Amino acid sequence: MGTQLGTVRGLGSAKEGAHHWWIQRVTAFGNLLLVLWFIISLLRLSSLDYGVVTAWLAAPIPAVLMALLVINVCWHFRLGLQVVIEDYLHGGNRILALGALHVWTFLMGGLALYSIFKIAFTGAAHG
Amino acid sequence: MQGHIMAVRNARPLSPHLGIYKWGPHMLVSIMNRAMGVGLATVGTLGFVGWLVALASGEAAYADFMSCVTSCYYLGYLIAIGLTFAFFFHMLAGIRHFVMDAGAGFELKANRLWSWLTLGGAVVLTVGTWLIIFGKAV
Repeated sequence: MGTQLGTVRGLGSAKEGAHHWWIQRVTAFGNLLLVLWFIISLLRLSSLDYGVVTAWLAAPIPAVLMALLVINVCWHFRLGLQVVIEDYLHGGNRILALGALHVWTFLMGGLALYSIFKIAFTGAAHG
Repeated sequence: MQGHIMAVRNARPLSPHLGIYKWGPHMLVSIMNRAMGVGLATVGTLGFVGWLVALASGEAAYADFMSCVTSCYYLGYLIAIGLTFAFFFHMLAGIRHFVMDAGAGFELKANRLWSWLTLGGAVVLTVGTWLIIFGKAV
């Protein structure tokens, strides 16, 4: 009765993973700053009414920081959900889930960036 | 072949898993951190992007979105408050991970203390945030 050790012996490490781990930490620190800034910004607005929020988001610094927030958050949850999927799913299901994760990440990121830029470039549009 | 390998693997002893350990706050915070992360990435992203898309679609669409959040009174607020807690928990647990990545905070008492503070801090920050929101609404 052998084990599966023989099939991997001599291959060395996977030679990847440190980069994934490190970018997860880098984006975590970015999220710490950006999401806290976002929450505090919303709390400082006089209300969450349409005119108030669009006027805030149409200004250059909030628009750029919100775009950075979207990229950073999407990158972070892309890495995080990948680890969850790899822990619990195997075989074909894993490949399907990782594909769905790609679609989810880019779909949500694209929609969010377009929305931010539309408000930023057209001003607080009416209607 | 595949079946043979599986049979061999199944015949071998497994390493100890969750079932045999006595539960402590560090285990709770660890699994909750993953759960909160998954919740933020799915429900949180959907809510955040939905809010942005509604905002970009104009005043009427934005009003619909906001009334949807606030009119089904308990459900909308429940999700919003839940996401607030999920964010603060994930944030504090992440800061705890930064400390542990540096090799610190593994002593039993320190680990226990910071685990409880992660949980308690998330509750305090969530309550504080919503006190500000409801204070402004009145």
